[in-house]
Amino acid sequence: MFDFVSFIPRAVVQGVPLLYGSTGETITEKSGNLNLGIPGVMYVGGISGVIGAFLYEQSTMGELNSFLAVAIPLAASLLGSLLMGLLYCLLTVTLRSNQNVTGLAMTTFGVGFGNFFGGSLIKLTGAEVPSIALSATSRVFSRALPFAEGWGWVGKVFFSYGFLAYLAVALALAASFVLQRTRVGLYLRAVGESPSTADSVGINVSGYKYFATCIGSMIAGLGGLYYVMDYACGVWSNDAFGDRGWLAIALVIFTLWRPNVGIFASILFGGLYILYLFIPTGTFLAFKELYKMLPYVVTIIVLVITSMRNRREDQSPAALGISYFREER
Amino acid sequence: MSKQKAPLIYISKRKDLPWYGAWGIRGGAIILALVVCAVVTTLLTGENPLGVYAKMLEGAFGTPRKIWVLLQNTAILLCVSLALTPAFRMRFWNIGGEGQILVGGLAAAACMILLGDKLPNALLICVMTIASIAAGALWGFIPAVCKAKWNTNETLFTLMMNYVAIQLVAFFVIVWEVPKGAGKIGIINQSTESGWLPQLFGQKYLLNIIIVAILTVLVYIYLNYTKHGYEISVVGESERTARYVGIKVDRVIIRTMILSGALCGIAGLLLVGGTDHTITTTVADGRGFTAVMVAWLAKFNPPAMIFASFLLAFLDRGAGEISTAFGLNHSFSDILTGLILFFIIGSEFFISYRISFRKHASSALPAAQPPLINPSEKNGKEE
Repeated sequence: MFDFVSFIPRAVVQGVPLLYGSTGETITEKSGNLNLGIPGVMYVGGISGVIGAFLYEQSTMGELNSFLAVAIPLAASLLGSLLMGLLYCLLTVTLRSNQNVTGLAMTTFGVGFGNFFGGSLIKLTGAEVPSIALSATSRVFSRALPFAEGWGWVGKVFFSYGFLAYLAVALALAASFVLQRTRVGLYLRAVGESPSTADSVGINVSGYKYFATCIGSMIAGLGGLYYVMDYACGVWSNDAFGDRGWLAIALVIFTLWRPNVGIFASILFGGLYILYLFIPTGTFLAFKELYKMLPYVVTIIVLVITSMRNRREDQSPAALGISYFREER
Repeated sequence: MSKQKAPLIYISKRKDLPWYGAWGIRGGAIILALVVCAVVTTLLTGENPLGVYAKMLEGAFGTPRKIWVLLQNTAILLCVSLALTPAFRMRFWNIGGEGQILVGGLAAAACMILLGDKLPNALLICVMTIASIAAGALWGFIPAVCKAKWNTNETLFTLMMNYVAIQLVAFFVIVWEVPKGAGKIGIINQSTESGWLPQLFGQKYLLNIIIVAILTVLVYIYLNYTKHGYEISVVGESERTARYVGIKVDRVIIRTMILSGALCGIAGLLLVGGTDHTITTTVADGRGFTAVMVAWLAKFNPPAMIFASFLLAFLDRGAGEISTAFGLNHSFSDILTGLILFFIIGSEFFISYRISFRKHASSALPAAQPPLINPSEKNGKEE
């Protein structure tokens, strides 16, 4: 019998960073910015939180105030990813550079930034193992609802996560609502579909692009923070975050640019990501590597099928990846 | 004051900037970036900035071996950039170079492992070459068909194909691991050296460099002096125009992506058969992504790509040396490379556009007079 009660919570904790990343990237892409720097942004979000937590833990020497232990890393993480978002906008919106190139450069930079400061902090602590453990801060972050223990499998499947996991779901729902039901969302979609039309009715195209990309980056950065503080129990080790950033971008396509669908899709992706741990492969370990291919293959299939069906509401924003110059329309 | 003020800054498209102007701006950006990098390094290490530059040069050119490594890195990066260029000229954003290199390398490794003791060396190398090219081409062909038939987003498709390739390599690494449980293949055919590309004049990297040099010339000719190259440019400029003049756009897309993937496959062959003699998931080392930046920096122009890939290979080696010399972790080189790229990317704006500031006199113009067509504005201050 497949052990769902232990599988689902693990799929969820794998899925939450992806959900943050994909919610952030969806908002960004709705404005027409294809931010391929999201993997870098998530690294920066993670390491900024680690730096904040590290400094706070060092300054208090043990006794942590719960509120500050959450607020400081959270603020640091948001600030770090906001700066990355601003950088992306400065280059692509104001300086009109190619979005793919800028995004890839940001990923190089962000991953390097994370690993560099991670490595430097590890050196500062003088630890034997190549990682930093912020277990005190992590305990605050991953504190589950108190009644989760007593509720058996219901508690385990639904209530055993830290607050950032619920925040991810809330943000995804909020993002869906704003995009579909509000004027701001309508304008934002207009900017992503046809910036020149939006511009001609007086929508501030650059403003919306800046706004959406920065908000999107901050949300994606939280995915990095969740990964370190909750999933990894406060242990930062270099390159541990891996390719989850790209998986988040895959998830955006998979959900057809709908953050609310992303909630379930991210859990599905999280499940696919760890499925190899639960499938008996016998002695032939190599098949585990093929299972890890699943999320990407599934994404490709979705991508191809949606393009084959060619329904308008399933397509990527029409102006995705194209910088807008008013003078060139 | 009237409400209809002239904007403070005008941005207008430049007419063609002479080549020295463009390279002057790029050079300025690189110098500025190097200054920033030196400042960052100085802040983190307390070293004198000149010492930092000296270390960079030493890391790139310090010993004959380092120079060879630099040239080899340049050559491979150039090869991948050349591979991506035909697709980019067609506005097909192939960011799947990484995966195409990997499957090319995987095909080469597979031939070396499976046929290593069954075929004479020359024949084996021929088989490897064909296999690598075919594998890379296949990886380019799949997204191209979907793009041509259903207009599937190629950026995202090729991106996903990278990870399929990575996992495929990871799978075969475990299948062929030596010894069992090591999780890696190690040097293939170490004793027989079968399937290793020959060394010219005792230099391990020379053959790669020569092959890439030949490829550069071929790609340049292909893009600029053949019918195919012309068709690629037309499709890139406007698909509708291409259809109108009777170019079969689907066929051009598929053909070009096969070429693009095949060239990436060659890069994989050179890496696996020529230098590494093993395969890992990191054999491409991010070159598929770096090459996107190289090709774009060079404006998809093969001769300029030589300089761009040399520059990036140099930065990588130099920054790597800085991190070793000053006891920083190796990711420092990624930060420096990123910073420099940001400056270069930003500088392109100043090459394509001219910025004119409003003059004080014109701001006081009456509102009725549209200030935009004031000819004196055109000669405003430039940056």
